[in-house]
Amino acid sequence: MIAGLYIDGNSALHRAAAGLKVLALVLLGTGVFLIPDWPVLAVVLVTVFVLYPVSGFGPRILWAQIRPILWLLVLFFAVQLWLNDWQAGLVVVFRLAAIVSFAGLVTLTTKTSDMLAALERAMTPLARFGVNPEKVSLAFSMVLRFIPVIAQIGHEIRDAQRARGLDKSVLALVVPLIIRTLKTADDVADAIDARSFDPD
Amino acid sequence: MNTKDIVYIALFAAVTAVLGLFPPITLPITGVPVTAQSLGPMLAGAILGARRGGLSILLFVVLVALGLPLLSGGRGGFGVLLGATGGFIVGWVISAFVIGLLIEKFWDRLNVVNAALSIAIGGIVVLYAIGNLWVSIVVEISYWQATVGAAPFLIGDVIKVAIATAACMAVRRAYPLISRAR
Repeated sequence: MIAGLYIDGNSALHRAAAGLKVLALVLLGTGVFLIPDWPVLAVVLVTVFVLYPVSGFGPRILWAQIRPILWLLVLFFAVQLWLNDWQAGLVVVFRLAAIVSFAGLVTLTTKTSDMLAALERAMTPLARFGVNPEKVSLAFSMVLRFIPVIAQIGHEIRDAQRARGLDKSVLALVVPLIIRTLKTADDVADAIDARSFDPD
Repeated sequence: MNTKDIVYIALFAAVTAVLGLFPPITLPITGVPVTAQSLGPMLAGAILGARRGGLSILLFVVLVALGLPLLSGGRGGFGVLLGATGGFIVGWVISAFVIGLLIEKFWDRLNVVNAALSIAIGGIVVLYAIGNLWVSIVVEISYWQATVGAAPFLIGDVIKVAIATAACMAVRRAYPLISRAR
């Protein structure tokens, strides 16, 4: 299994239901696009920033959320400054920073397993349209189980192709990787069927 | 949709995640980083077909949204998807579906030319249309300006179309899945 981006804690946000947090994120994401004034967006951004220490996260964690998009924010500000004015630049930058840092907060305070459980519950009404929640659950758990397996296959192929002097060729990696993945998939499907998995 | 289809969908989502583990190559002159990960949607569509390929990438994108660091560079979470370049990630789903649809259409007379064309339409034309529209809305610039901004990434994607085409043709000979499904 692979670890998510969750950081353990006991704040109100940690304890809030996963579905509720996602709903809040959707509302915030929609809301900031309806606000055209930079001072209001600044208040929204500061509020989101304040939620970090409230949830037990230090400035370093907040910085880790913003840092990857920093160059984009600078670029977007420059573009707006060039096309319009600095107020328009602040609107774009504050809006994006608020969404990204709140989304980061949701990710940091929610275990992937809780998120998955919320997703499965949310999918129940879709059963009427032919979506089988059990099949979807199987697919989700299988991806997490097989990432390390396929990564291992990838390393083996890389070593083998290096011995042939082909380690710079992406194609020499990708084609055997796909073929071995498909072979693995056939074996896995047989194994699942042999255990009488039948959600229909 | 039988068990085998579900396993194919899951394993191609895992392949897309694994492709993100390989370090990006920086192109000379422009300095644009090129990751192997965006090969994932092209391969999923071209090898699994429209329905399974699209669902496979949808599964991958949902796992990223749920907070798993599966994007290249260990990125993940809602923030990446809702950010300015999120359209290029969400667009992968439609991209894989369109590629699959076109490859299925050409399947009986698939050659290097129409395979490359199918992958380029889904993987570049459709993907950039969605990604650039997303950028233009988030950043409040015109669609044309967003297109100009995305142009440096074209070189890497053209290379990936070539790789995906070669892989698609090779896998079609060794392990044809689309004809078996129909």
